[in-house]
Amino acid sequence: MKYLSDMKKGDCATIIGFEADRCNDVEFARDLEDRLLEIGFEEGLNVEILHEGPISRDPIAVRIGQMTVALRRMEADAVKVMNGQ
Amino acid sequence: MREAKIALVGSPNCGKSSLFNSLTGSRQKVANYPGVTVERRSGKYITAEGKEVTLIDLPGIYSLKDRTLDERVSRQVITGTHKSESRPDILLCVADSTNLRVHLRLVLELKYLGLPVILVLNMQDLAKRDGISIDPEILSQELGLPVVTSVAVRSSSLDSLKKQLSLSIAALTPPQDVTPSPTTRDLQKQARKIAEKAIIAEGTQHKVTRELDKILLHPVFGIIIFFITLFGMFQLVYFWADAPIALIENGFNILQNYILQVMPDNWFRSLLVHGVIAGVGSVLVFLPQILILFTFILTLEATGYMARAAFIMDRLMAMVGLNGRAFIPLMSSFACAIPGIMATRTIEHHRDRITTIMIAPLMTCSARIPVYALLIGAVVPNEPVIYGLFGLQGLVLFGLYLAGIVSALIVAAVLKMTLTRGVPQPLLMELPKYQLPILKHLLMNLWERARFFLKRAGTIILYSAIGLWVLAQYPKKPLGATEPDIFYSFAGILGRGLQHIFEPLGFNWEISIALIPGMAAREVAIGALGTVYALQGNEGQVEQGLRTVIQNGWPLPTAFAFLAWYVYAPQCFATIATVRRETNSLGWTIFMTSYLFALAYLIALMVNKVTIAFMG
Repeated sequence: MKYLSDMKKGDCATIIGFEADRCNDVEFARDLEDRLLEIGFEEGLNVEILHEGPISRDPIAVRIGQMTVALRRMEADAVKVMNGQ
Repeated sequence: MREAKIALVGSPNCGKSSLFNSLTGSRQKVANYPGVTVERRSGKYITAEGKEVTLIDLPGIYSLKDRTLDERVSRQVITGTHKSESRPDILLCVADSTNLRVHLRLVLELKYLGLPVILVLNMQDLAKRDGISIDPEILSQELGLPVVTSVAVRSSSLDSLKKQLSLSIAALTPPQDVTPSPTTRDLQKQARKIAEKAIIAEGTQHKVTRELDKILLHPVFGIIIFFITLFGMFQLVYFWADAPIALIENGFNILQNYILQVMPDNWFRSLLVHGVIAGVGSVLVFLPQILILFTFILTLEATGYMARAAFIMDRLMAMVGLNGRAFIPLMSSFACAIPGIMATRTIEHHRDRITTIMIAPLMTCSARIPVYALLIGAVVPNEPVIYGLFGLQGLVLFGLYLAGIVSALIVAAVLKMTLTRGVPQPLLMELPKYQLPILKHLLMNLWERARFFLKRAGTIILYSAIGLWVLAQYPKKPLGATEPDIFYSFAGILGRGLQHIFEPLGFNWEISIALIPGMAAREVAIGALGTVYALQGNEGQVEQGLRTVIQNGWPLPTAFAFLAWYVYAPQCFATIATVRRETNSLGWTIFMTSYLFALAYLIALMVNKVTIAFMG
């Protein structure tokens, strides 16, 4: 088990849950899970890292279903994933 | 019966605004909701039966919590608790067919708000191309509401929607009360179940987008392309704007000369020529640059590239606590802070937007170039430096630009730690599919921006031009006086008063006076200096004369301090007025104006003292 933030470009995984409280900032974490759900992250969906930002490989562009979502690794830290398709 | 009112609701990137444009055509109006910076777009739609219907385009939202201003305004409008907007009768929910699973959750959430909902499955063409197939009838049964399909950019595809609208308007019932909706998670589960039933084929991801992103988001090529795009954009802003600017300037010159010829020499002629035409003209010459810049920005946005630009720049902007989206408005401010500040509308988060607006005037705008050029030409020798690769003058100019950028970043960082502090805003954004922009919608948007600018030129800028003219003209010179006219005017009196304040910076009374008309537009200060030094002749001769005056009459510390002043001082009414409009807050406007003046004063003072110390 690992987190979306640990993945590298080209990696695929399945979302298995959310752990927003992993973020240091409590206030930030409060809304994060809802926001992730609303934009389309969901348990059971496959994710693939399509692109990484030019500096420190941050932010990342992730494919979920038909859409591509950009997020910072700090935010990706709240998404629990499991290896493999 | 009163006019029916329909609100368009939907997530960002679902094609909602395109649909709005197609339904209303040019019968639309853009304004702000009172007290907030959320844009209110409204328009008229005529049904097949000839009934007039009001359409409002609510901001793009993912849900109806009170998290962002957009969500709050949308929720208030839909539930009928908004102060100025009455409750709509029908909700027209727009969903992207290529991404139905995500959009369905919002549809379900809307059902709890007590208003009839019509679901529009938009972007049918893209869905078909990607091999996605949805059964609207199953969807309609499962959701319990009418579902129609459309391609918002093609008005011929809107027939079924128009039919449904007429049906819904005819069957209108009074709105129900709002019922509490389940949690996001439960709604999502429900949405997934419905999606599984209604989606016949999942399709593959938009291929063109995938291939393009491989290049445009490439860690090396992506950045190169990004900077080439930016560089090209600014080159063209200057290059293409040259001819129309000359045309506008000539036009105003001809007008001035004509009035000078046909009217008798009196105060009214002077007001027209030197006040109204000179003042409004000096601001209107920026219109071509603003239009060209906005053509680029709107195109980048419509194609979907803007989100990629934000992706590429996000890490750099994060260092000062901003979001990648702040980059484009700041770049635009190098041409002129006005379109830059207007472009901050693409920043969703209020605090980030305010921070960006606050630092935008520190980007060296093109109006400062004439002033820089004059002073650098007068006091900096054009010696080759660094093995003859650069000229000293060019290096100083570059240094002035850099000073502005570095200061902006520092101010942003300080603001984010103090006044605009708060929960850090996540980047979390969808990278939309690439699309070709629609010329008609582009032109409509462009006209909207131009209209704002022209309206301002006709009101606040006109008034301030007249005000400055009065200040510079009256009272008249007493008999036997030796100094130039302006010395005795209100502007002169003010300037001489200001001189006490500006003395530590090394500014003489001539400079202090020139700062006042310079408030209309920065480069007007040069003309004012010309007047103060009683220089005659055309623009070129005045500049040549000024160069000599500055070389012989201004001590070096004064000249340097003046340059430093110009890097920071918020010396243009139009920008201040734009900040007032865009922030919708007098407090922020006053804050920006005063912090910039304070910075200008302190830094100019420092530059003056340091130069004196160096010269011994």
